[in-house]
Amino acid sequence: MTTRILDLPDVSYVLPGNRSCAGCGIGIALRQITAALEGRMVMTVPASCLTVLGGMFPIASVNVPWVNVAFPSTAAAASGIAAGLRATGREGEMTVLAMAGDGGTGDIGIQALSGAAERNEDFIYLCYDNEAYMNTGTQRSGLTPAGARTTTTWAGKRENPKDIPRIMEAHGIPYVASTSAAFPADVYDKVSKARGITGLRYIHMNTPCPSGWGFDPKDTVRLGKLAVDTGLVVLYEVERGVFRLTGRSASLAKSGKPRVPVSEYLATQTRFRGMKPEAIESVQTWVDERWARYVARDAGACD
Amino acid sequence: MSDDVSVMTGNEAAATAARLARVQVIAAYPITPQSPVVEQLAAWVESGELSAEFVAVESEHSAMTVCIGASTVGARTFTATSSNGLAYMTEQVWWAPGARLPIVMCVVNRAMAAPWNVLNDQQDSMSVRDAGWVQLFCRDNQEILDTTVQAYRIAERLHVPVMVCYDGFLLSHTMMPVAVPSPEQVDAFLPPFTQPFTVVDPADPRNVGPVVLADPRADETGAVRGGYMEIRALHHRALLDALTVIPETDAEYAAAVGRSWGGLLWEHLLDDAEVVLIAAGSLGTQLTLTVEALREQGVKAGVLGIRAYRPFPVEALREKLAGRRLALVFDKALSYGYEGPICSDLRGSMLGVEGAPAVFGAACGLGGRDVTPDDLAEAARRAIADLEAGARTRETDWINLHLEG
Repeated sequence: MTTRILDLPDVSYVLPGNRSCAGCGIGIALRQITAALEGRMVMTVPASCLTVLGGMFPIASVNVPWVNVAFPSTAAAASGIAAGLRATGREGEMTVLAMAGDGGTGDIGIQALSGAAERNEDFIYLCYDNEAYMNTGTQRSGLTPAGARTTTTWAGKRENPKDIPRIMEAHGIPYVASTSAAFPADVYDKVSKARGITGLRYIHMNTPCPSGWGFDPKDTVRLGKLAVDTGLVVLYEVERGVFRLTGRSASLAKSGKPRVPVSEYLATQTRFRGMKPEAIESVQTWVDERWARYVARDAGACD
Repeated sequence: MSDDVSVMTGNEAAATAARLARVQVIAAYPITPQSPVVEQLAAWVESGELSAEFVAVESEHSAMTVCIGASTVGARTFTATSSNGLAYMTEQVWWAPGARLPIVMCVVNRAMAAPWNVLNDQQDSMSVRDAGWVQLFCRDNQEILDTTVQAYRIAERLHVPVMVCYDGFLLSHTMMPVAVPSPEQVDAFLPPFTQPFTVVDPADPRNVGPVVLADPRADETGAVRGGYMEIRALHHRALLDALTVIPETDAEYAAAVGRSWGGLLWEHLLDDAEVVLIAAGSLGTQLTLTVEALREQGVKAGVLGIRAYRPFPVEALREKLAGRRLALVFDKALSYGYEGPICSDLRGSMLGVEGAPAVFGAACGLGGRDVTPDDLAEAARRAIADLEAGARTRETDWINLHLEG
């Protein structure tokens, strides 16, 4: 099922006047995520940008049940909510959605997430990956890309980001997907599909961040798309172990056309300013190798 | 209806209480000496004797988090831990009371590392005394069972979590006869858990535990709602209300089940006592032998046992201790660089009280160091001698310490 952007439901559980930054990718995506679940859901959210978006007591900006939890605990909280709903006979009433940032998922939250995945707990975990600790002032995370300057990597991060979706795949959970906030219909379709699956469903969502990455808020969607066109971000899903590219990444692979060089993408953001040519070359090599693997898997090769 | 008496360990008594309380979600991670509690519960869930969700989490942090999540949606929850496990979940030990969730946790008291030591003292639960839980200490296995059942009633009345503390190995692994109330008796005492309002309902969505500012703030209707301090003041008030609710619950339990534990404090030979020995947990049971021996030697000694450590029963202590000569507090924990926690709390509560006794402290039993009734009697005689020599204050007396050589 592929939904066209014009066919997305005209409903919003995200209220006007929320506290996200101008151009924040989370706001675009959250509308589709909550719409895909038709509001029949409970979210659990750790300390993150999303906490800020949700509003400050006694005013809330999102019209679905929302349970704030401690930073490392998102997946365990979702496990507890799911267990509590089962124990009280309400598990059919709503989908449990855990939603955390890249640091909350891949760094401090990975232990609880790995435990929940191994137990195949019944919830959707969506990581909005804005590639650093944006809520605390742009410190590097394990998912910050190589070359990015953050407030703890002043000369640019030296390491490539860790591949959390692949780690999640290794847990053998029923559904793993990679999407981008710049593709609302892709987000909507993947959350809709995940909704119909039982067990732990993991969705990784690249989420452009104007303030942390250093670009004009009007360019969020443009940069999100450019990231996909370079192959830095790849749209795909792994359903019960079967991998396939989706949307723009599938078209890109099928077209056989060259991908946009990563240097073009890196040049759009101040966080990559001053990156040395050899560092850019290293990122290009890393992306090329990954892309070749995704294309091969899409064609049926085992990873 | 007469109770069914079984011989069981403290851990089995705790597990039995959780089963009788019809807990709905259990989450736990193994740690000595707590593990048998949840092993037993896992077996009962597996066999169908207990209808509950058992979530075998990957850490204590997640154990408390699962309880937080499940309690938020209205399930009755249980976990148990010890020592480093409690320390590892500390972030969530603060979250649960802040979120006003009526979780019950057994803390099987064990020494904190480093160095490693699996044996008993009370440093673990003392280290989180300020987090906003009710902390109840048990002196034997029967009290563990009865207190754990009572804990749910207290927690759900006040919307604060309750920590049931009992000594590792000394109680957790020691067999004693325990009278097990019938499910009907417990059901009559403990109604099913229902949240006062449904916090997780898509038809009435709420943002639970959001960012709260320092000052009160208007909601969308213009009504002013409390800020962080108001929320914390209400939490504190709930803890103070526990000073009434704990004895009331004990009395209700006595009416339903036929056993009472004295509420906030308990006592032994206290009436005419001039020297009062004070402790929490199984050490109190030992002190009963100590005071009996001291009385044979002509010392008017009695025991005042701490059942509720948080809230700290200030008024009850003042009432019991005014007019005595000496209060000697035995702590199985220390605030390093100061003194035992019960001792300093007690001394503070005696300030300005007419006829207040001298308050002396002793540290004992750290890391499972044996404490015999004779050791305790000797410590009492030392304290009396110090008092008679004119001391009104004194450094902590380390019992049975062998630093030399």
